[in-house]
Order: sequence, then structure tokens, then C-alpha cells
Amino acid sequence: MAVSTRPTAHRPQSGPAASQRRGRPARHRDDGRAGYVFLSPWLLGLAAVTAIPMLLSLYLSFTNYDVLSSFSEADWVGLDNYRKMFTDDPAFWHAVRVTLVFALIGTPLKLGAALGVAMLLNRTFRGAGLFRGLFYLPSLLGGSVAVAMIWRSIFDRAGAFNAFLGWFGIEGKAWVNDPSTALGTLILLAVWQFGAPMVIFLAGLKQVPAELYEAAEVDGANSFRKFLSVTLPMLSPVIFFNLVLETIHGFQGFTSAFVLSGGTGGPVDSTLMYTLQLYLKGFANFEMGYASAMAWVFLISIGLVTVVLFRTGKFWVHYSDGDD
Amino acid sequence: MVAVTAARRPFHPRSLIRPALLLVLTAIVLYPLAWMLGTSFKAPEEVLNNVAVLPDNPTPSNYPDGWTHFDVAFGRFFLNSFMVASLTVVANCVSCLLAAYAFARLRFRMRGFWFALMIGTLLLPSHVLIVPQFVMFKTFGWVGGPWPYLPLIVPHLLATDAFFVFLMVQFMRGIPRELDDAAKIDGCSAYSVFRHVILPLSRPALVSTAIFSFIWTWNDFFRQLVYLSDLEKYTAPVALTLFIDSTGQSAVGPMFAMSVLSLAPVFLFFVAFQRLLVEGINTTGLKG
Repeated sequence: MAVSTRPTAHRPQSGPAASQRRGRPARHRDDGRAGYVFLSPWLLGLAAVTAIPMLLSLYLSFTNYDVLSSFSEADWVGLDNYRKMFTDDPAFWHAVRVTLVFALIGTPLKLGAALGVAMLLNRTFRGAGLFRGLFYLPSLLGGSVAVAMIWRSIFDRAGAFNAFLGWFGIEGKAWVNDPSTALGTLILLAVWQFGAPMVIFLAGLKQVPAELYEAAEVDGANSFRKFLSVTLPMLSPVIFFNLVLETIHGFQGFTSAFVLSGGTGGPVDSTLMYTLQLYLKGFANFEMGYASAMAWVFLISIGLVTVVLFRTGKFWVHYSDGDD
Repeated sequence: MVAVTAARRPFHPRSLIRPALLLVLTAIVLYPLAWMLGTSFKAPEEVLNNVAVLPDNPTPSNYPDGWTHFDVAFGRFFLNSFMVASLTVVANCVSCLLAAYAFARLRFRMRGFWFALMIGTLLLPSHVLIVPQFVMFKTFGWVGGPWPYLPLIVPHLLATDAFFVFLMVQFMRGIPRELDDAAKIDGCSAYSVFRHVILPLSRPALVSTAIFSFIWTWNDFFRQLVYLSDLEKYTAPVALTLFIDSTGQSAVGPMFAMSVLSLAPVFLFFVAFQRLLVEGINTTGLKG
């Protein structure tokens, strides 16, 4: 960067003509056009891959459309898809319930595991980095088809989990094929991937000032009390961040539900996640209009959940630069 | 290895709780992966009802069996996956870097508005757009066309992975502005500042983007499932699901073998870039 060593004071006078064209400070020059040139791929993407498809999807949600015919042949049916969804389609409500159970049970378990293990690792000892890496590994691999296939084998009737139970004389069952436990195995697979939120918790724990713990200790607080009165409040912004991220993530679970149920949402619809039902409607039954309506309900629901989380967050998230 | 090393208080049994817990947890967390690897070397009669990680009579035969289990050799699926992932990496690096430079460094009208929209698209689930995008790409003749990977790659050319744009914007904010200003005073245009100042300094952000892009595309299933319908064109994850349909004990071993192979690239990235991957999560909240 040899250029930066030159004295800048007399640059505007002696510099190349381009830099003094308008006699304004160099940094305000001409960025307008360049800005849009650099932004153009993104702008094109926003229009072509996001905005137009969203409008198209909104339009399709008011039609019956099967993809097989041409786009102009979509039948306008008004609010029929939405009406049918809410009043006349048990599978829709079933998918909503399955997704809620998955997210409402899976997310707290996952965050609890993440926080617990982060607390265990939040101390300097040899090998701490190694453990951190190993616990993170499932987050990296867990969303893949391969791991879901393995999970299916482990919790099958002749799988490793039943062989393990056999050591204790417990009669196992086909966990992935039993409607009462299939969703449980899905949740377990999600909890197993606690590594990513754990890493974020660890970073948050490192930010808690040691003086606070010392002060609490002087006041006679035991470990549990310190956790309750120092760790949790100081960590609340990170907990909130993880909660929002993992909840939204939870609503979107698809791959593991698809693989564990062989692409059906079975047994008896017990793993029929919302996104899986959307996929089945759109790409197995070719009810693209109905699937579009489902997509819009999904989008609005996720938006609402996010807003609600942010609203409630005001009551329990403490930012240390605030008043308290 | 995990012995409590610090020479502080006298020995107390309680000091063993933490390392013991950690070891148990590690065993539980890693067991499914270890079991998968071990089982991929087991003979068919050993596969079922077996907790053991290590095979009694190790045999590599599941690998050739899995490789040739379907009408199309598994190598084809891996090649397809590699192609899609590599092209996505290149597309993401180029397009997201351009957009990030505009957001992080250039002044233009409505920048704040566009930036807010970009952040908004971060929260947009891909499932919402899949139906209309499918309809659109089908209308273009891309779906089921001679090269059905277009719908999988073209969106990345247009910087639609807002995560990476955001990651690079954050990174560029850390590059001292004086560098840009000095170059501009010396007559550099916004283009040459990009070329000579930002591009060379952005290498770490590009490496992160490349690695995460590759891993996510490699693991992606939903979009590949939707767009690829011809066996020849399948990627590894889509092909793996074919094992669900091929019932019978004979397919289990080969399924394990191919699962191991399909996780291998991600695992190798993990081994090579463990620190970078974990830091990436740490600083940006990117998921695995």
C-alpha cells in the first residue's frame, strides 16, 4: 500500500484529474453508480429468486394449480385453499401439532443440553478445545441424509438401541415405526446436534466478568445461587439469540423427518412435519396452489413466533449496557 | 488426558465429576458415528442386533457392494454432488463478495433500505419459496432439462445466500477505512479499491464462505430432492434415500458404507478447519 504513505494534504491539488473532478472529499465521490453496479447481482437475485417467487406464490395460493399444465391455466379459487386448510384438512392440523411438539419439546431440550455442556467446558483444562470440537461435530453432520439413515437403523427393531436395552433385559420395539415414539427419535436426533448453540453459549460464558462471581461468593452464594443470580441474567442475551435461532430452525425440520419416515411422515403421520406435508402436497400430489397457501401460513406463523419471542424477551433479557 | 491438571487445592473426589461426565457425554455423542463406521465393515449377519462398534470379522466388501448397488454407480452421484457443491462455492464467493463490498464500503442512495431487506431475507425459510421457484424454473425449461442443476446453482450466482453477504459485511467493517480513503485520494475508483484493497484483504472471509458453502450444499437435501428426478443426475444425499426402498438385510451394510463415504468430505473439512468452523459459529451464529 505504497500510496498511503504519501502526504495526503496536498493530494486534491496535485492528484490525478479524476480525484478532483468535483472538488469534493474523495470518499464521497461517485459511489452511487458503483454501489449499484456491485449490488446488481444481489438486486437481480432479490427480484428474480425472492420477490417475484413470493408474489407468484401469493397468487398461486388463491388457485388450483398442478404444475403439469401451463401456468396460465391455474384456476382462480379465491380463499378456498385457506378455507380448506383451516376447516377441512385434518392432515394440516396434524402437521401443525407435530411441528409444535417437535419445536416446543426439542428446542428447550437442545438448549438445555447446550448450556449444560457449555458450563462443563467453561473452564481451562487440557483438551477443552478437543471436547468443544467433538461436541460440535454432530451439528455439522447431523442435518445430512446419511446421519438420518443411521439413526433409522439404530432405533429400528433390530437396531443397536434395542440390543443395548437387551443387556438390561428390556424388551425393545421398533422405535421409528411406532407412532408413539417415532417423533421422540426425531427429537433425540435434533437434541444430539446441541454443539452449535453450545459454542455460542461458551462464547457468552466467557464474557461474564469474574468479579460478579467473586462478589456473589463474598455474599455467601453457593454454586446454584451463582448460576441463578449471575450466570443466567448475564447470559440472557445469548440464551435469547439461541432460542430465536433454534426455534425457527426447529419449525423447519425436514430432512430427518423425510428420511426416518421414508418420505411419508409416517407411521400414522406421527412425524408429519409441516415442511414435509408442504412437500408432499406440492411435489407428490401436485397441489401447488394448496402448498403455496401452506407456505404463506408458515411464513406468517414464523413471523408471529419471532415477534412474540421478541416481545417476551423484553421481560427477561438483560443487556449489560442497559440501566439494570 | 483430561486429568485435572491445575495444581490447586488438595485432591478431592468431586474434582473427578467433571472429567467423568465429559467422557461419558463424549462417548454418547460420538457413538452413532463410531457405530456407523464400524458397521460399514461388518458382514451382513453381524449388522443386526449389534451394539458393538468394532466388527468381529472386518470385511471391506460393503464398499464395492454399495458402490454398485444401483443401476448407476455411486461414483456418479458423488461426482454430481462435487460438481454442484464446487460451483456453488465459486458462485457464492464471487456474488456475495460484490454485494458485501457495496453494503460495507460504498455510499449510495437507499443503501440502508436494501441492507434491511437483505437482513430480512436471512429469516426467510427456503420452504416458503420452493413451490414458486419450482414453477418458475420449470417454466424456463430448467427442471428435467439437459442440465437440471441450473435451479440449484443460478440462485447462488445472484448472492441469495444472505448469510454470507452478512458475514462478509461484518468482516469488511473490520478493514480500516483509511486504506480505502488513501487509495481513493490517490485516484482509485471504487472498482480499483475493490480490486486492490478489499479483495486481497478479504481472503479469510472468502475461505469461511467457501468452506461453509461447500458443507451446506453437500448436506443439502430438500432442494436437490425437488429438482433432481433422473437417477443419472442424482446427488449423493438423494441417492442415499434409495436405500430406504431397497429392503432386505443385504442392503444394510452397503447403505452404511455409502453413508460413511458421503460424510467423509464434511468430516475431512471438520478435521482440517475445526477451529475456523467453530469460530464461524461463535461470531456469526451460522449453523452447522
